[in-house]
Amino acid sequence: MAELIVSALIVIGGFFGLVGSFGLLKLPDLMTRLHAPTKATTLGVGGVLVASMVYFSAVEGQISWHELMISLFLFITAPISAKMIAKAYLHVHKTPADLPPTGRPYGWSNFAAPPPDDEVLDGFPKAQAARREAE
Amino acid sequence: MIDAALTFGFGAFGLALLMNLARLAKGPTLMDRVLALDTMVINVIALIILYGVKQGTAVYFEASLLLAMVGFVSTVALCKFLLRGDVIE
Repeated sequence: MAELIVSALIVIGGFFGLVGSFGLLKLPDLMTRLHAPTKATTLGVGGVLVASMVYFSAVEGQISWHELMISLFLFITAPISAKMIAKAYLHVHKTPADLPPTGRPYGWSNFAAPPPDDEVLDGFPKAQAARREAE
Repeated sequence: MIDAALTFGFGAFGLALLMNLARLAKGPTLMDRVLALDTMVINVIALIILYGVKQGTAVYFEASLLLAMVGFVSTVALCKFLLRGDVIE
């Protein structure tokens, strides 16, 4: 039974790893390309890690927690590195003219200074004003 | 059955690495290459884990954990360098 689960998880993991890298190769530009590896490859590695967890649990008779640590680390860091790559891409290859309007009184955080704290604007800052009143 | 699945896994992740290598060579932008390197590190982690299952030892977890950390730090350092012109300000 454990053998079946391990085999199925390895095959699923390999499939998703392949899909992620195929997306990286095939999608048209970086912002869409970013989607494939960060989602599918993490799922692929997650499948392989769970397979390894089940395998060593079945062989040694006790649960091994190393894999959980690795997958937790990967799940935490994958969105951070994706965000950093997207931000660096906007910074290096785009200008404010290429981007859609933000719909707010201030510009994209890459190109414009953050709005001053004591300035009351539409949108978020109402909560800020309420918080200031409460204090 | 696990042997067959392992062979499939090695083949799939090896092919994935080749695709990443193609993207790394082709570019076209700098960030594509950074993303390809990041994905390569993740695929190599999966390969190391599969190799550990094949050998039946647990000594490869430390290697894959180290690789995960180094891969993340190097990706963030590259992005930070491109964003600010400096890694640690």
